[in-house]
Amino acid sequence: MFKRILIANRGEIAVRIVRACREMGIESVVVFSDVDRRALYVRKADYAYHIGPAQASESYLNIPKLLDVARRSGAEAIHPGYGFLSENPQFSRACEEAGIKFIGPRPESMEMMGSKTRARQSMKKAGVPFVPGSEKGLESFEAAERLAEQIGYPVMLKAAAGGGGKGMRAVYSGTELRSALEGAQSEAQRAFGDNEVYIEKLIINPRHIEMQVLADEHGNTVYLGERECSVQRRHQKVVEECPSPIVDPEMRRKMGDVAVRAAQAANYHNAGTIEFLVDKDRNFYFLEMNTRLQVEHPVTELVTGLDLVQLQIRIAAGEKLPFRQEDIQMRGHAIECRVYAEDPDNNFFPSPGRITRLISPSGPGIRRDSGMYEGWTVPIEYDPLLAKIIGFGDTREAAIARLQRALVEYFVGGIKTNIPLFRRILRDPEFRAGNIDTGFLDRLLQQPVEVPGREEEEIRIAAAAAAIFAAAAPKPLQAASPNAPTDGNDHRATNGSSWKRSARIESLR
Amino acid sequence: MTYDVVINGDTHRVELQRIDDNNWRCKVDSHEMELDAAFTARDVLSILIGGKAYEIKRERALNGDTHMILGSARYSSDVQDPRSLRSRRAAAGAEAGPARLVAPMPGKVVRVMVSANDQVEPGQGIVVVEAMKMQNELKAPKKGVVQKIMVAEGANVNAGDPLAIID
Repeated sequence: MFKRILIANRGEIAVRIVRACREMGIESVVVFSDVDRRALYVRKADYAYHIGPAQASESYLNIPKLLDVARRSGAEAIHPGYGFLSENPQFSRACEEAGIKFIGPRPESMEMMGSKTRARQSMKKAGVPFVPGSEKGLESFEAAERLAEQIGYPVMLKAAAGGGGKGMRAVYSGTELRSALEGAQSEAQRAFGDNEVYIEKLIINPRHIEMQVLADEHGNTVYLGERECSVQRRHQKVVEECPSPIVDPEMRRKMGDVAVRAAQAANYHNAGTIEFLVDKDRNFYFLEMNTRLQVEHPVTELVTGLDLVQLQIRIAAGEKLPFRQEDIQMRGHAIECRVYAEDPDNNFFPSPGRITRLISPSGPGIRRDSGMYEGWTVPIEYDPLLAKIIGFGDTREAAIARLQRALVEYFVGGIKTNIPLFRRILRDPEFRAGNIDTGFLDRLLQQPVEVPGREEEEIRIAAAAAAIFAAAAPKPLQAASPNAPTDGNDHRATNGSSWKRSARIESLR
Repeated sequence: MTYDVVINGDTHRVELQRIDDNNWRCKVDSHEMELDAAFTARDVLSILIGGKAYEIKRERALNGDTHMILGSARYSSDVQDPRSLRSRRAAAGAEAGPARLVAPMPGKVVRVMVSANDQVEPGQGIVVVEAMKMQNELKAPKKGVVQKIMVAEGANVNAGDPLAIID
């Protein structure tokens, strides 16, 4: 087993990996940029090295610097976390060449899954289902017509040469096809100089359901159940859950088998996730494979009882998976909310700044993976993920109730967070019924914010409290002063009592 | 003590009389109540009224915006001493005196949309600040006249820096 591991990441995932290392008796080495010196993960690790300026290319994305720290610190393995270099084959390869074990898949697996066409070709061979469509450009209107009939409307015409919505047309019936094809072709010609257009089934408002896989280096590959991540805003996941409300054991087995085949086709090692699109008839289609640990791994951990980060480390150390597919049990339901420093009243604009007050939830069925603390200044240079809060219960309803309870307890003062958004999501009837798809959150956000009729009494209490605060509370902390002490002490209270003390001492003379 | 407390835009007259350390007699508009209020963790007040328990958290933003949080409900709150100039002007309809527009985060001013002496409406765009590749249009908090614009296009600003005054 490794004695020391370098974590090439920051924030809450660095804390997560430090914890796994500590639990396994492994020393952890972390790196920090100029703005992360006071980050939580730095003081939780065993060793910490300064790695450069805030800019990621000069720090967390800088391969030579990371390998240099690994050498200097004597780290035998590197855990890349998620994001940053976790899916970068050059990094995986550079670690190999430096004789440092990369905790993740081999570079060849990353390369295969990183290219949509290469992935598609090897997935086809493995019998993995895709969104039905044409491989090549449409040669004629008749060919388009035939294919569209075969696939079934609605279909999407897409420019082979491009993206960004150009040269794309959604076609809902045969009568629209001719003009849509001509329109798509001429638009593609104008935008990309290439009028080649292909055709694909249009899945309206699909559900995003992904399957966790785990493979050791001895040929054992298993699936650990699915996660549903359909609650998204601008393709960013906001709420994830395990299991999916619409996946039954039969569908799970089918998706799991496909996921395992996909991983095997890529000669995959370590943890990975296969993403599927699922249509209204519960047909699932391969979208892509994420060759790393994912942000939302806690929901799988809670439902399966497994520690994925520890398993990643064990796999990289050459151990065999300590279980077989039939040993994996799923029990209960877990739902995760990603807490971001964002202003939900202002189009989710990032809201960095100093956290002047933090009251964190706990209690039964609540897990909190956090990178923040009271007094910390959230840096603007990176993704503003502060924490993940996960509710776990016997049933989906129980998990929702626990999460709602915990969100009322959660208070982050000094910055704006998206916590109010989760309250809206969790009380929405469609969410509670499990009727979600990738269009759900956009639809919810278009509805006016329902301001429940506030009892007059509550408003009176608020007014009375505001007055009492003003009349009797010590002045609140000055926010965001760069020189404000960040040592967590409540200086007002200390100063108050030391004045009293010295006054008493003076009066005793 | 008497205060005018604005909760979510509505003004309530609050009269407070402290009986002892924890006990207050309080009149909100015409409602009288006796309450037990204890300060606990910083910015957290525990209030008991006739056996019913409330936890109220005070949240203060960079620009002074304050909210009272009860359970999952969040109320904007502003406490004014009715004898102050500010409150008298508010009573006269001038909406509580000059409003300062401050930068919510470090960034760069990419557009100044008004000039000094312009008449503006609430919600009208005043300054656009760009940060983290996103543009944030900062809006006039009240109806009034632009007294002063403290920044020019291209200026770098820090969180809390004043950008404009509207009166």
